[in-house]
Amino acid sequence: MYSKKVMDHFTNPRNMGEIKNPDGEGEVGNPVCGDLMKIYIKVESKDKQEMIKDIKFQTLGCGSAIATSSMVTELAKGKNLKEAQEISRDDVANELEGLPPAKMHCSNLATDALKKAIKDYYSKK
Amino acid sequence: MSKSSKKVYLDYAATTPVDKEVMEAMLPFFCINYGNASSLHSFGQKSKEVVESSRTVIAKGLNMENREIIFTSGATESNNLTIKGIFNALSRHPNFSTKKLHFITSKIEHPCILDSMKYLEKTFKDLVEVTYLDVDEEGLVDLKDLERVIQKNTVLVSIMFVNNEIGTTEPIKKIGQLIKTIKNQRFKSHNKYPLYFHSDATQAPSYYKLDTKDLNLDLITINAHKIYGPKGVGVLGVKKNTIIEETSHGGGHEFKKRSGTLNVPGIVGLGKAFELAEKQRKENVKKVRQLQDYFINKIKSQIKDVGLNGSTKHRTPNNINFSFEGTEGESVLLMLDQEGIAVSTGSACSSNSLEPSHVLLAIGKTHLQAHSSIRFTLGKFSTKKQLDYTVDKLKSIIEKLRKISKGVKF
Ligand SMILES: Cc1ncc(COP(=O)(O)O)c(C=O)c1O
Repeated sequence: MYSKKVMDHFTNPRNMGEIKNPDGEGEVGNPVCGDLMKIYIKVESKDKQEMIKDIKFQTLGCGSAIATSSMVTELAKGKNLKEAQEISRDDVANELEGLPPAKMHCSNLATDALKKAIKDYYSKK
Repeated sequence: MSKSSKKVYLDYAATTPVDKEVMEAMLPFFCINYGNASSLHSFGQKSKEVVESSRTVIAKGLNMENREIIFTSGATESNNLTIKGIFNALSRHPNFSTKKLHFITSKIEHPCILDSMKYLEKTFKDLVEVTYLDVDEEGLVDLKDLERVIQKNTVLVSIMFVNNEIGTTEPIKKIGQLIKTIKNQRFKSHNKYPLYFHSDATQAPSYYKLDTKDLNLDLITINAHKIYGPKGVGVLGVKKNTIIEETSHGGGHEFKKRSGTLNVPGIVGLGKAFELAEKQRKENVKKVRQLQDYFINKIKSQIKDVGLNGSTKHRTPNNINFSFEGTEGESVLLMLDQEGIAVSTGSACSSNSLEPSHVLLAIGKTHLQAHSSIRFTLGKFSTKKQLDYTVDKLKSIIEKLRKISKGVKF
């Protein structure tokens, strides 16, 4: 049902955990489908650009919810905020070598959580 | 997907391995005695003979007559035939065309019952109405509720024997007595509407005696693949004088109730599997019940924040259904699978619907609790050692997933 890549990120999630005193955090979820995600970011300004220096996630959810959380953090890490904001649900799914159609909403959740964390950062600035 | 060489199968409610004895009984009917049971020559007559001996075994076990046993392709078909067959026959019957036909079932039935009922409601709005009974937090149908909703035009009550997700055993005998009383009242008051009682007993034969006379059942569904027989074969027991029409038209097989060439090896397998279920029931119940107690206690003592779903008292011996707070069922299932352990989840997130199990919602669980549930079902080949291994792995999997979900809250 899942690709090898999904299973790899599910079994060995990258950037899992919490950042104390994050510069931004975003939580999204849907109790009906049973998934909830939280993303924390640390932002660093370098050469007039704001970069995601560190990023972590916590997720309650199915295999693809965990894998997409892990993947989105990996894609966002080291990117500037503009680039990070543009990561799409298809980017996440493609990097994971595809998701079953019924699970595409999970990659939406992951990118939404990231966008929310970035928004939170801007709102606190 | 499994990285482990160990294999532990704890999904006996989904399907069971075929018993070697069953397989051996079936084998001659593929390449040696392959005749069509309707053929008049010796090939056909040999097939007919073995079909009839299977019929006798099952009829005896269900305390019915041979001609009341209809072989089908499985429980889904038997349940569809019950609902649509009774509807087809009664809705066109001159005596019963003045009022809508009323059907009653419960909210925790298998989708093949619920969706057949919904199909009738949707397609024949003017001819039929359906009541879906609530269940309590253990999954039990309440007799008073049932009595309250039975009307003069109620023609079918269909309540499952054992729930496939949470293992709750419904009070079938008491319901049967109630139905019998109402039938007698109808007779006295010249209400000609029949009232049929059907039970989907698919999950029951390994653990419960299914005497349809004792239980006052008019119709009963069973299949082979849940009782160590082959997939794709089942039975609908139909008491004579039940007004029901075939839904699959053709050669008029099975007393004109189900057309189609008989699945001879399957029927032989079903007969053997049922015979073994009867013979081994006492021993099976004892063995599996002990394992169930052991497993439930071990999970409760080794893993924090767990909840057993269903009933403690009214529970089939082979079902264990737990919610593990802070985890989602599919994740637990996938990680157990990597350790070679096969279980099932109440979460439907893997299918097209994102809604969790209708059964867990019906017993009052939240969406979150329902999504965190795992069903373990045991069988006659389960061992204590397998359960020890499972709890061992389960414990670290739940810890790992709780670490990943730590910090998020709904
Ligand atoms: C209670 C119940 N009813 C019906 C079915 C459907 O059985 P079958 O696979 O024979 O169609 C099942 C099994 O999935 C079941 O557990």
